[in-house]
Amino acid sequence: MKPAPFEYQAPASLDAALDILAHRVGDIGEAKVLAGGQSLIPVMNFRLAEPALLVDINKLAELDFIRRGDDGGLRIGALTRQRRLERDLSVAEVAPLLHETMPFIAHPQIRNRGTLGGSLAHADPAAELPAIAVALRARFRLRKAGGERWVDAADFFRGLFTTLLEPDEILVEVAIPPLPARTGWAFLEIARRHGDYAQVGIAALVTLDDAGRCREARLVYLSAGDRPIVAREAARLLAGQEISPQAITAAADKASRDEMEPFGDVHATAEFKRHLARVLTGRALRKAAERAERTKGRAA
Amino acid sequence: MSGLYKVSVTVNGQAYEREVEPRLLLSDFLRHDLGLTGTHVGCEHGVCGACTVLFDGEPVRSCILLAVQADGHAVTTVEALSPNPDQLHPLQQAFWESHGLQCGFCTPGFLMTLLPFLEENADPSEEEIRHAISGNLCRCTGYQHIVDAVKLAAERRRESDG
Repeated sequence: MKPAPFEYQAPASLDAALDILAHRVGDIGEAKVLAGGQSLIPVMNFRLAEPALLVDINKLAELDFIRRGDDGGLRIGALTRQRRLERDLSVAEVAPLLHETMPFIAHPQIRNRGTLGGSLAHADPAAELPAIAVALRARFRLRKAGGERWVDAADFFRGLFTTLLEPDEILVEVAIPPLPARTGWAFLEIARRHGDYAQVGIAALVTLDDAGRCREARLVYLSAGDRPIVAREAARLLAGQEISPQAITAAADKASRDEMEPFGDVHATAEFKRHLARVLTGRALRKAAERAERTKGRAA
Repeated sequence: MSGLYKVSVTVNGQAYEREVEPRLLLSDFLRHDLGLTGTHVGCEHGVCGACTVLFDGEPVRSCILLAVQADGHAVTTVEALSPNPDQLHPLQQAFWESHGLQCGFCTPGFLMTLLPFLEENADPSEEEIRHAISGNLCRCTGYQHIVDAVKLAAERRRESDG
């Protein structure tokens, strides 16, 4: 037996799951929600986590869905497997940044079990999905017994493995708005092997105006701090500018020097990660701008 | 007090019912409770891929799934591959002929990862094969012979289908 003993419940409805959390949390110490378990079970095997109660939400088919939102964006249930996101045609069409990123997440064996909501709630700063959610300005629906709230992805992540989620709340749904017209995207990361955690990664969005200048850029990094890192100042430098080599260099310098706090590790020092971030920023901006250029003809 | 939970699971086409502690991993359930020791456990935290089995037809790592989560599901392990003790599955045969294994510890995980991969990819490129096995670690054979084995298996599969 690798994990320490715990009490196990596998409720058949979301309301039942929320009731368990509402009534039991205070009594028995830490309760964890088990979704895909691809991060939680490993840390339980190491006994880095020893939850007293595991609430398995895998029977909640009501949280497994992908549908179009009224705004033309996407509404995705938290229990949707990553493999389904990877293969879903509406995701490819409406959220191409998310679609393009999926194969970078670990390996097929992991994506067959891993869920969207699980990865977000786990809040690993080296994970792809939190950075993508922040880049896409996703909103998360958090439910608890008798209540719910919507929060912006950018506010949800509070630090290393730390989110806004209260102990009696479950992240149940993710809303992704449609991309503005003339928006290009790029996701890039550097890892020692495919599927490894990235030493650094970037999600970039570039929206062009009618004159072909940058109306808005969004640069979000993973493995660059204790949460998804948004380079707001670098994006500001690009606004109103042509995406020229000079503008790209200025933004890449700004983001990598002043707007991130990467942790060094045995494979890459913090300084090296800044260097990687700087290089990836240039590549991502060029790719995103090219794609934005190509969407010229498409209606808003 | 964690108590015992009933698990009804179909493994390699056979129905099993057992009572287990919720903390029992699927990998240990297969090996210790069902005696199916073909599924190997390496790292036991979801990195090495040795414990890969099919869960409702899709490859997953059985060391980071709880046995209780398999309740009502179908699991396929490496024991299901060969039709009888004297005959290897074509994928196993290709591993054998291409020297795709030395100690063989990682092999069940490779096989179970590659089985659905070959279903979906009749003629995979070397890059696609390497991508497919990126979640499985081999520490003695290296990957070249494994890639060769996959190519051979795919080739034979195409021939027998054509």
